Amino acid sequence: MAKKMRIAENRPDLFRFTMPLTALLAAMFGFVGGNMAAQPMLGALIGAVIGAAIAFVAETNLSRRTAVRWGVIAVLAIAGLVFGNVGTAVSGALIGAVLSWAAYWLATGAYGMTVPIYYTPAQTLWHNAFKFICGLIFFFLVAPLIPVMWLSFNAEDFFTFTPEMLNFQAEGYSLKHYRDFLGTDEWMTPLKNSLIIAPIATIISVTLGTLAAIGLSQSHVPGRQAIMAILISPMIVPLIISATGMFFFYAPLGNWLEATLGLSQSFVGFVKVILAHAVLGIPFVIITVTATLVGFDRSLTRAAASMGANPVTTFFQVQMPLILPGVISGGLFAFITSFDEVVVVLFVGSAQQQTLPWQMFTGLREQISPTILAAATILVIVSIMLLTTVELLRRRSERLRGLSPA
Amino acid sequence: MSDTTGSGPMLAADGRPLKESLGRALRRQKLRALALIAPLLFFVLLTFVIPIVSMLIRSVDNEIVENTLPGAVPALAAWDSATQDLPSEDVYQNMFFDLFNASEARRHTRLGSRLNYETTGLASLFRTSGRNMDSIGEVFQDAIEDVDPRFEDGAFWYAMMNGTGGDAMLEMRRARWENLMDQDMSADIGFMPSQAIIEILPTTAAAYTDWAIWTVIDDEDVVSEEDPWESVYAALAIDLRNPATGPALTAYQGPGADALQALAAADLPELTFTEAFLDLDEDWGDKEVWETIVVYSPNYTAGYFLNAVDAQLTSEGVSMRPDNQQLYIQLFIRTLQMSLIITGSCILLGYPIAWLLANLPMRTANVLMILVLLPFWTSLLVRTSAWKVLLQQQGVINEILVWLGFVDDANRLILMNNSTGTIIAMTHILLPFMILPLYSVMKTIPPTYLRAAKSLGATNWTAFWRVYFPQSVPGIGAGSILVFILAIGYYITPEIVGGTDGVFISNRIAYHISSSLNWGLAAALGTILLVLVMALYWCYDRIVGIDNVKLGG
Repeated sequence: MAKKMRIAENRPDLFRFTMPLTALLAAMFGFVGGNMAAQPMLGALIGAVIGAAIAFVAETNLSRRTAVRWGVIAVLAIAGLVFGNVGTAVSGALIGAVLSWAAYWLATGAYGMTVPIYYTPAQTLWHNAFKFICGLIFFFLVAPLIPVMWLSFNAEDFFTFTPEMLNFQAEGYSLKHYRDFLGTDEWMTPLKNSLIIAPIATIISVTLGTLAAIGLSQSHVPGRQAIMAILISPMIVPLIISATGMFFFYAPLGNWLEATLGLSQSFVGFVKVILAHAVLGIPFVIITVTATLVGFDRSLTRAAASMGANPVTTFFQVQMPLILPGVISGGLFAFITSFDEVVVVLFVGSAQQQTLPWQMFTGLREQISPTILAAATILVIVSIMLLTTVELLRRRSERLRGLSPA
Repeated sequence: MSDTTGSGPMLAADGRPLKESLGRALRRQKLRALALIAPLLFFVLLTFVIPIVSMLIRSVDNEIVENTLPGAVPALAAWDSATQDLPSEDVYQNMFFDLFNASEARRHTRLGSRLNYETTGLASLFRTSGRNMDSIGEVFQDAIEDVDPRFEDGAFWYAMMNGTGGDAMLEMRRARWENLMDQDMSADIGFMPSQAIIEILPTTAAAYTDWAIWTVIDDEDVVSEEDPWESVYAALAIDLRNPATGPALTAYQGPGADALQALAAADLPELTFTEAFLDLDEDWGDKEVWETIVVYSPNYTAGYFLNAVDAQLTSEGVSMRPDNQQLYIQLFIRTLQMSLIITGSCILLGYPIAWLLANLPMRTANVLMILVLLPFWTSLLVRTSAWKVLLQQQGVINEILVWLGFVDDANRLILMNNSTGTIIAMTHILLPFMILPLYSVMKTIPPTYLRAAKSLGATNWTAFWRVYFPQSVPGIGAGSILVFILAIGYYITPEIVGGTDGVFISNRIAYHISSSLNWGLAAALGTILLVLVMALYWCYDRIVGIDNVKLGG
């Protein structure tokens, strides 16, 4: 056995501790399971018996943990399959995994290993309860995304699980919503619009934002606080207010552009939305880039200048590579702000500028099709990739600045 | 270097005084910094600050009344609503020409909707009356054309009215159209009112000029080829009623003099405009209608703001709206209450997580941090749709509860389209904004303090409550204000999961922008919300400082 078994020196007693607790947990599962058959008390009783049995097996087979746990999982899964269908079998396997883990956790005394030795039993209990609560909160944070991804493979046009899906039958699943998403103009045009608007808006906010952040980080800037407040304001002002203001101002601005410059309505519409999104992304660029510049060593630019580099060369050859992580993560924030924005585009844009979030929003309001869920799943994957990029950049930036790597 | 040894000021290498030289370098540095900031500052001012200011202006702007009724509003100034029952004939007469022009330009319904926000019923009054203005004019037109059929001919009118010297009149009427239409009306119209006619028939000249400007610029016709509006005939009849007109006409020698003199001698209808208006709709005899116009005639009004707090401006001053029409104060209170509940639940859920992350070893904390950052980075719409999937009556939570037998199939829990749904979904959406600031504050609290407290005999609870908690309060403050500011202006999530009970003030603003088109009220509600947020932001700056805003840990 490769992994060394961790067993506490003073393990708790089987009959006074491990068995009752495991039985109690199993009884809770039994209660819930029995409730499905309108027999909660009988279910709880059966659960308690099974729990006690698992605790006994665990106690007597402390060193054969892996084998016993798989055995328990298999037995409960088969029991589920016999009394129900594939869905109950999966539930049985999950319950088996939880119960066998709990039995070993209690029996080996692992529950007390993470707390200081002087902790009283009550303190140990609180410590573990606290961890359990935190686990629930993490579950609350992440779990809502799971049904969305699961349902996006629904073979029916429902927002809910079908019996076939719950029984893990192949006919309950399909990729049709993904085909709908990728194959219809209804979704591809908004996606295309989003991919036009977001990058251009990002480029504008990153260019102007980086320049201004460099200006702001100079040692003598008159009215620094006031300028900072103005530049950050698009983030502070609620979106609905920004959208209202832009609605009042951009309509005459657009009319003016169309009338005097003779631009097409669709082009002007894109310009309006891009300008609006660019200004919403600017605070993020400013904040991330100024934060990076705090750790920037000014003597480097002086050194470059003393060696004869002009300010432009200094900027691109010396300063830019060092602040690049901050610039990129600011740009990612700006991108996601634009890519995820609905309210302003709803007020400022017209049907020709319909973006992906806009299409999702109208879809959710009128509940047209679960294609939204396919779009949502794709967006979750995109956000995971963005999150990874930002995290890697942050670590690189810390390494460059000489802070200890995590 | 010998320069510096003298009694004069210290000099720099180039011979200038050092102080001046340093000042110049500092100034150059400042200018360079400003030059780098300037493009962005200009951009933000243009694309963000000006729109916000335009919203503030919109919330008090009331030019529509004076622009649509440029004649009636000044005439109404003479009316004293306390002593007189109805305005004078002069007011009705001006109202006729104003409404006539407005209905030709299709602007009368706008004014009707504007005034309808203050007194119900005015929208339909203006709509139907505007449509019927030409029937009043026709009474005069028929009579005049009976006297002399030449008045049916557009070219005859043109010959009579066109001339020289009427520049002032033309510019004044142009300005009125520009105010009404909010567009440029300065193109050449091929017509100039004759000074002689203006002196004898001022009302007619004005009405004809109005028509001429509209005919050329909006209808794109030629003045001499078109027949004038009915309002011009009415104006002519009004001028002829003036006892001074008859003698003046006898001396008149210009084109159409004989026709005008014959008309002055003929019998024209004695219909007064007061009668005509009361005939159209008896509401024109209602004092309240005229009082509303008087109260809302100034170019700037507090009316929208009063509406936004369930009050209204009447001729007697400010009063509260009847109970059944009150909406906004309650909505503001509900927005604040729900934002507070959301902030509270975020503290409750965020504090343990932040504590755990701050006290775990770095490596584990970083892994768990991903679980916080993943929802933070996921599209808002994805999270909102997730909650719709979970909370609806046929949704995941209800399905599981029914499947497990805890909830009867017929009595599924109503978790969505009420405030419960909004609170649950928004707590989830805003939770990372609580955890991240809390975490960064808790990171700075040395763990040794807790150990010290315990070694001095404190229980776990005392050590936490007396030592750790007070140090984490700035984090709670920062997170709370951030969450509260974000929650108070939320639109998307309440719109989708909030139904009617769970909506915020922002949903009402969006409703007024896109459905009811009461933009002034939307701007006023937005301004109040903005002031509220700015006040909170000021607190945030006090507690945390803007410079300390951090993103994503």
